[in-house]
Amino acid sequence: MSTTILGHEPEAPERRMYWALADGWTVAGRTLTHLIRQPANIAWQLGFPIVSVLLFGYVFGSAMSVPGGGDYREYLMPGMFGMTMAMGFMNTAYAVVLDTTKGVTDRFRSMPMAPSAPVTGRGLADIVSAMLDLLVLAATALVIGWRSDGGFWATLAAFGLLLWLRFALIWIGIWIGLVTPNEEAAGNLFAVAFPFAMISSVFVAPSQMPDWLGAVAAWNPVSSTVTAARELFGNPVALGDSWIEQHAMLGAIVWPLVITLVFVPMAVRRFQRLSR
Amino acid sequence: MSTSSHAIHAVGLQKRYGEKRALDGFDLAVPQGTVYGLLGPNGAGKTTAVRILATLVRLDGGRAEVAGFDVVRDARRVRRRIGFTGQFTAVDEILTGRQNLRMFGRLFHLGPARAAARADELLEQFDLTEAADKGTKEYSGGMRRRLDLAASMILVPKVLFLDEPTTGLDPRGRNEVWTAVRSLVSGGTTVLLTTQYLDEADQLAGRVAVIDHGKVIADDTPAALKRRVGGDQLEVVLEESVDLPVALQAVARVAAGEPEIDEEHRRVTAAVEQRVAALTEVARRLQDEGIGVEDIGLRRPTLDEVFLRLTGHKPEETTDTTERTEVPA
Repeated sequence: MSTTILGHEPEAPERRMYWALADGWTVAGRTLTHLIRQPANIAWQLGFPIVSVLLFGYVFGSAMSVPGGGDYREYLMPGMFGMTMAMGFMNTAYAVVLDTTKGVTDRFRSMPMAPSAPVTGRGLADIVSAMLDLLVLAATALVIGWRSDGGFWATLAAFGLLLWLRFALIWIGIWIGLVTPNEEAAGNLFAVAFPFAMISSVFVAPSQMPDWLGAVAAWNPVSSTVTAARELFGNPVALGDSWIEQHAMLGAIVWPLVITLVFVPMAVRRFQRLSR
Repeated sequence: MSTSSHAIHAVGLQKRYGEKRALDGFDLAVPQGTVYGLLGPNGAGKTTAVRILATLVRLDGGRAEVAGFDVVRDARRVRRRIGFTGQFTAVDEILTGRQNLRMFGRLFHLGPARAAARADELLEQFDLTEAADKGTKEYSGGMRRRLDLAASMILVPKVLFLDEPTTGLDPRGRNEVWTAVRSLVSGGTTVLLTTQYLDEADQLAGRVAVIDHGKVIADDTPAALKRRVGGDQLEVVLEESVDLPVALQAVARVAAGEPEIDEEHRRVTAAVEQRVAALTEVARRLQDEGIGVEDIGLRRPTLDEVFLRLTGHKPEETTDTTERTEVPA
C-alpha cells in the first residue's frame, strides 16, 4: 500500500483561520448528519414543548388568565419558544459528556486539526438544530392559531433574540459537559433545566407568583428573552412593575452577553484542563 | 537534537497528580518499525506515559521526542505523525463506518475526494467494506475497534499509540485486532501499546517494557524477560503423593535452584538450565524407581510470573491463560 499523504507540515498562520473554520464546519457536519440519520431524535426533542403546548394551552389554558388581558395561547407560545431554547443547554452538555467519556474528544485532541474546532463545531451544530427546533415549533404554533402581529423584521428580531439566548447557553452547556463525570450524571441535568426554564415568565406572569418567587422569575434570563419576544411578536405581554420586566429588551440582549462573557473563559479553561 | 533511529525517545518523564507520582523518571527508547509493549498493572503509569507521548497530557518534567519532534514544543508536528487509539473506541456511533473515516480524513485536512478514497482503502484494509454503510452501533466490539484503528491510520502515521487495544473484547475480537495490528507493522509503522493482558504483549510485541510505580523496571524481549526470571521450569506431577520425596531427590540432582513441592497437586517444580538433558534424566530416574508419573514437562515462565518476580507483587488483572510449552519426553 503506497499512499502519498499530503499536507504534512503545519499550515502558515493565514491558513490557520481557514482551517479553524473548515474543521469547525466538519465537526458540526457530524452532528447535522446525526439529525439526518436519526430524524426521530428531533421528534423526541420537540415532544416535550409540543406536549407542553397542548397541556398548558388546552388543559390548563382554559383556567389561565393573562394579567392585563389577552389570549393565553398567544401568551404561551413565545414562552414555549423560550423554554425550548433554555433547555437546549442539556443537549449541548450531553453531547460534550458523551464525546469526552467515549474518547472522541481525546481523538480530536491527538489530531492535527484546529484545537478550537471541537468547540466551534459543537456551537455551530447546536445553533443549526435550535433553528430547526424553532421552525417546527413555530409551525405547530401556527396550526393552533398563534400569530405574530409584529411585522417581518420584528418577528425576525424576536427569533434572533431567542437564538441569542441559545447561543449563550451553549457555553454553559459545554462547561457543564466538561465538569460532568459521566452519562448518568448528565441525565440528572433535568433537575436543573426544569426550574431554570419554568421559574420564569414562560407559563405565567411573575406578578401572579408569590413575591419572592416572582422576583426570581422576573430576573431569570429566560424571562427577559421571552418577554422581549412577546413584545416583538405583538403578543400579550403581562408586564409587571419591576425594573427588569420594564426593560425586557435590554435584558434579552445583555443577559446572554453576560453569560457568554462568564462561561466562555470557564469552558475554555476546563477544556485546557483536559491536558492536566 | 533528534535521535533519528528512535521513533520514541523519552527521558526522565515526570508527572504527578496531587501527591501521587504517576510517572517518576520514566525512560523509554523505541526503535523505528518495532512493536513495543508497555506492560504493567492498573495505575502503574502506562496510560499517563502514552497520553504524554501522544501530546494529550502535559508533562511536569523530563522530555520526549516522537517521530523526531518534541512533544511539547512541536506538538502540532507530532500530531501529524502519530495515530492514537485510546482505551475506548472513539468512533461516532451514529455515523456509518464510511462516514466516520471520511470525517476524520477531512479533519486530517485531506480534500473531500482524497478523504473518500482513503476511507475506502482503509475499509478494505481492515476488512470492513461490507459493513461500511452500517451505523457503527451495529458493529461488533472487534469491528468497532478495527474502525478505530483505521481512523488512527489515515495519515499512515510513523508512530501509533494503542492504549489497551483489546480490553473488553471477546477472544474473537482480540484476534481480529491482533491481526490488524500485525498488518500495520508490516507497513513500517512503529507501535507502542499498553496492555494488562500479559499474553498480548507476548503475542504482539518484539520488546516489552515492564512498568511499575511510574518507572520502567525492565526492558527486554519477552523471551529474554522470561529467561531472566530463571529460565525454563521442569515440572513433574506424580500419581501418588507418597512418592514425592523420591521425586524431589531426582529433580534436585538436575535443578539450577531449590525445587519446590506442591503437595496438594503432587507436583515438584524446579528451574533448570540444560532443559532437555534435565528432562530425560529425571524421566529415566523416575522410571527406574518405578514411580508413577502423571505428567512431566518443561514450561517457560509466563509474563505473569515475570511480573511477580520483577515487582514483588502480582499484576492486579491476571489472565487465565497459563502458557505451557510441553516438550514430549
